[in-house]
Amino acid sequence: MADEVILEYLHMEIISQFYRSCEKSDQDQCIAKLESLGFRIGQSLVERFTKESPRFKDELDTMKFICKDFWNYVYKKQIDNLRTNHQGVYVLQDNKFRFLTQMSNGKQFMEAAPKFLALPCGMIRGALSNLGVNCVVTAEVSAMPACKFQIQIQRA
Amino acid sequence: MSRQGTRGVDLRKVNGELFSLTYGALVAQLLKDYEDDEEVNKQLEKMGYNIGVRLIEDFLARSNVGRCNDFRETADVISKLAFKMYLGIQPVVSNWSAAGDEFSLLIENNPLTDFVELPPGHSQLNFSNILCGVLKAALEMVQMEVDVRFVQDTLKGDNITEIRLKFVKRLEDAVPVGED
Repeated sequence: MADEVILEYLHMEIISQFYRSCEKSDQDQCIAKLESLGFRIGQSLVERFTKESPRFKDELDTMKFICKDFWNYVYKKQIDNLRTNHQGVYVLQDNKFRFLTQMSNGKQFMEAAPKFLALPCGMIRGALSNLGVNCVVTAEVSAMPACKFQIQIQRA
Repeated sequence: MSRQGTRGVDLRKVNGELFSLTYGALVAQLLKDYEDDEEVNKQLEKMGYNIGVRLIEDFLARSNVGRCNDFRETADVISKLAFKMYLGIQPVVSNWSAAGDEFSLLIENNPLTDFVELPPGHSQLNFSNILCGVLKAALEMVQMEVDVRFVQDTLKGDNITEIRLKFVKRLEDAVPVGED
């Protein structure tokens, strides 16, 4: 499907736009900005996706929704592995993450990976926040294009 | 079972929504960063330019179109193939100038503005200005310098969204120094 290409290009260009416009010293701020952009997208997306669906049973049910339906809508595949310690930490593993597939598999671009994952992290956080789950989402890459998202639930 | 309701969602449509929402969030962020409509227009065009440079490769690879004989044919390819392929819409080509070097693309349902309402005080903002950049860059890569700008925008209360394209000149391939 051709229209997936424009989303990928747009995502790439958003990243380089943000990095172009900020100084070398505040690159952390760029990550934060990308994350908050993702948050906003995740929030509005999940509102549309769950418009017609029944209430989630519990937290795990919500997570399954993120792994299956949400992932399927956004990345055209499901999460490959979901693990939890049943104490509020969930690890979602995607063996072939869409925004990393265009990069070479070696170690060469490992440093560049965080900026391509900030927006997706924000999207997960935004989606969950609108489903009533407050959390912190971080991502980790050990071998491209596989990627692990860790979701840590914040209980106030 | 529990999530049956959402499975019936049209994936293609979802993809479009994801795109519109991503773009909307981007514009909102740029407005916050630059606080100036003109500057945002400029940045959007620049981003579009960078996308267009790559997109033309993808387009030529997928569409299998050959050379266009004249600007009218180019206009047709842009509207019937390119817009259709990437945004799923087919703008109407019209308002040709007498010399045949200028035309308008009339867009009725601009997917970029699906969920958008322009707040007051942004009369200078061309929300979809990224399209201008994309068109300009893509055409430049096939040796055409074209001037692209927004004339009307439904977001600003016009009846239709209109992008005007003006052919400027044919670009010649520059041979690198020292080669014949």
